[in-house]
Amino acid sequence: MNRSDFREGLRGGFPIMLAASPFGALFGALAVENGFTIADAVFMSATVYAGASQMVGIELFGNQVQPWLVVLSVFAVNFRHVLYSASIAKHIRHFSFVQKLLAFFLLVDPQYAETEQRGERGVPITFAWYLGFALVIYVPWIINTLIGAVFGQLIGDPKAIGLDVLLPVYFLGLVMSFRKRDRFLPIVATSAIASVAAMHFVGSPWHVSIGALAGILLAACLPSERPAREVPVVEREA
Amino acid sequence: MDAQHLDLIYLIIAAAVATYATRFGGYVLITQLKNIPPRLEAALNAVPAAVLTTLVAPAFVYGGLDVAAAMLVAFVVGLRFSTLRMLLVGWLAVMVIRHLIF
Repeated sequence: MNRSDFREGLRGGFPIMLAASPFGALFGALAVENGFTIADAVFMSATVYAGASQMVGIELFGNQVQPWLVVLSVFAVNFRHVLYSASIAKHIRHFSFVQKLLAFFLLVDPQYAETEQRGERGVPITFAWYLGFALVIYVPWIINTLIGAVFGQLIGDPKAIGLDVLLPVYFLGLVMSFRKRDRFLPIVATSAIASVAAMHFVGSPWHVSIGALAGILLAACLPSERPAREVPVVEREA
Repeated sequence: MDAQHLDLIYLIIAAAVATYATRFGGYVLITQLKNIPPRLEAALNAVPAAVLTTLVAPAFVYGGLDVAAAMLVAFVVGLRFSTLRMLLVGWLAVMVIRHLIF
């Protein structure tokens, strides 16, 4: 293991860690508000390690949605990672199998973006660099979740201090981060109308599956705007 | 640990496995499949925005006027600024509405 590569990774990941920290704490606090214990919240951050989908998970869990639907929604929100792992495969071909297993576990949005950029620039991707970049984000993510969860447990009525508005606003921010994508408006409008109608006529939790399916089907049916990209666009998760 | 809590632990583990599958899946896929059909790719591309919209739109319509107003303000902020600023402004808006106006 090359120490200077590892340190370079730590330095590179540091600003990402700072930017993600408030979201880790926010997740911890909201998880506790949605019925998690402090240990559950920390366990989820340590094992799932995907901020947006963790928020989706606690929101649906708090609304007593069926477990299989919660897992399916987490899977759907994280689906972009399929494109990431396909795309960085060529840059980490020299990793051992165990190194690959670990590398894919740590493949969050900024990790993908940085690895891809380094690869495109022709800078070699060493495992030491990859691990340094990943750990300086991963370990504080867990610690911040713990801090947020401890804080969340001290809060009496989340509505009185406005915590209930944070999840919808956070999800709104995520949706808006996709606005440069092909056919963004028709997809979002379709899913919005379908989910509100499903909420009204069928009831929760079906608004998630019905609304999402409507937008996805529309995307499959619309004619393509431009040729497919080679490299997937990185989302700004937090 | 009671049965209900154990269910939550299983739920988190299942979510972790599902997430790991997405992070490893592309690697497996790229070694098996050379081209993804364009319609399938378009559908896959639409998945995250479509799913997340279903968590936003009903909250806006059924979440109460205070939440809807805060979301509107946050939306305007989000056109120019980061998600973190949206959260801050959205939170401020709902606090002002709840504690100063009503």
